[in-house]
Amino acid sequence: MSLKNEIAVVGVYEHPCRWAPDKTAYQIAAESARGALADAGLTIHDVDGYATSGVGPIGVMSMCHHLNLKPDWLDSTAIGGSSFVAQVAHAGAAIRAGLCRTVLITYGSTAASERFAIGTGGGFATDPPDNFDAPYGPTIVGAYAMAAQRHMFQYGTTSEQLAEIAVTMRRHAGLNPYAKYRDAITVEDVLASRVISSPLHLLDCCVISDGGGALVVTSAERARDLPKKPALVLGAGIANRHSGIGQRDILDIAARQSGKKAFERAGVKHSDVDLCMIYDSFTITVLLTLENLGFCPMGEGGAFVQGGRIALGGELPVNLDGGGLSSNHPGMRGMFLVIEAVKQLRGEAGPRQVKGAEVALCHGTGGFLGLRHSGATLILGAA
Amino acid sequence: MSERAYKKPVPRVDEESKGYWEACRRHELRIQRCRACGTFRYYPRAVCPQCLSSDTEWVLSSGRGTVYTFTVTHQNQAPGFREDLPYVLAYVTLEEGVLMLTNVVGCPVDDVRIGMPVEVVFEDVDDEIAIPRFRPRTPADPHDR
Repeated sequence: MSLKNEIAVVGVYEHPCRWAPDKTAYQIAAESARGALADAGLTIHDVDGYATSGVGPIGVMSMCHHLNLKPDWLDSTAIGGSSFVAQVAHAGAAIRAGLCRTVLITYGSTAASERFAIGTGGGFATDPPDNFDAPYGPTIVGAYAMAAQRHMFQYGTTSEQLAEIAVTMRRHAGLNPYAKYRDAITVEDVLASRVISSPLHLLDCCVISDGGGALVVTSAERARDLPKKPALVLGAGIANRHSGIGQRDILDIAARQSGKKAFERAGVKHSDVDLCMIYDSFTITVLLTLENLGFCPMGEGGAFVQGGRIALGGELPVNLDGGGLSSNHPGMRGMFLVIEAVKQLRGEAGPRQVKGAEVALCHGTGGFLGLRHSGATLILGAA
Repeated sequence: MSERAYKKPVPRVDEESKGYWEACRRHELRIQRCRACGTFRYYPRAVCPQCLSSDTEWVLSSGRGTVYTFTVTHQNQAPGFREDLPYVLAYVTLEEGVLMLTNVVGCPVDDVRIGMPVEVVFEDVDDEIAIPRFRPRTPADPHDR
């Protein structure tokens, strides 16, 4: 049973807030639900499936209480920031299996106004692997920085090449009126910003913002009766990586496995992809994801991201909204990857529109890249 | 009661990990090896994921390894670490072939390199726990053959 051309994303809404001390996370999620359902031409009473993440182990039930939902299907996938990308596939599978017809997926977070130090705040769980990591002081940024260091050692990748990614995301953010940071930056600015965890500088790291969003997923058949052009699910894949029993290539990331599955299921080639929405927690995340997805050979990511290739107008535009590096990152960015991809496929992206976009690839990375992480790839097509 | 001097997370000793921590307390680094299939594994756990056997031995590691990758951490707000900034977080590959997340200590942070030979050194936290970390070793080290 394939999802290809059977499932559609019919409603999207990105909450414009970036700093919202006057709102709760639940409120941001509810306001986003309102926006996405209006976008879909549906009401809350049409929702018979619900998914969310980032709300604690059983928080999905609290979110249902808050939205007064009693759906036939619930999901609270917790694989980090990629969860919402994976949930589009999970929702699609549930709809295909006849468990529900219309799934609402919401996200809300006040990470910035509650001053969560997401990347450098410590705060580890005590499950068995954490028990052997926590004594050494890993941070989220450190877990990505170790991959960057190894990439530089193995392939000669430079800080200038990583900086090019941050510069490009900022250029796109300049076209997004809601982006947290919009003023252009240069490679020199990135290199001159302070080192957080070598070799990553402050401007190699995503912002911390408040924010949220919502998606509405239903069958492609039902989507035909709705007012807006749907985005069709072509293929998806989900994977994870860790150091197993003590062996690891830190540059082999989950995207390699999830991307391969997604491309196979979608039946599209890399050259068919018009734009990518790639989780950019850090600049290195984008470079490693592009390589592992197969857009360029391993080790050539540094050269690949240079020369405007990943900018609007380039061969493979990436993160047209400005990404987590410049637009927003309330802790779990996967939601925004799907929202922007759908806007692009509908031709609703205004000054940052990729002309004639027909195939968009979203890839979310969740967790701590160099310790344990997940990857979720979703390939969407214009209807 | 006086304030505890050691502010970093202290590992929890449980049924699966106590053999490891008891060895560390004696300043021995011991790695599990499956008696059924011969596979080394780190971190310690009761069941071998390769063959699902519980028949396990604790092999004394040489304590020698090389840096696989690392980062110099300049920002961490967690207690115990913020006082130590900058510090080196690293993966070290032991001679037995397993990778450990650890710290490289005993040298300026800017001296750490991928491929650098290192050896284990223990920090005593209390009567029960000693934390293994790694320091540079020279190739002329008498333990190297």
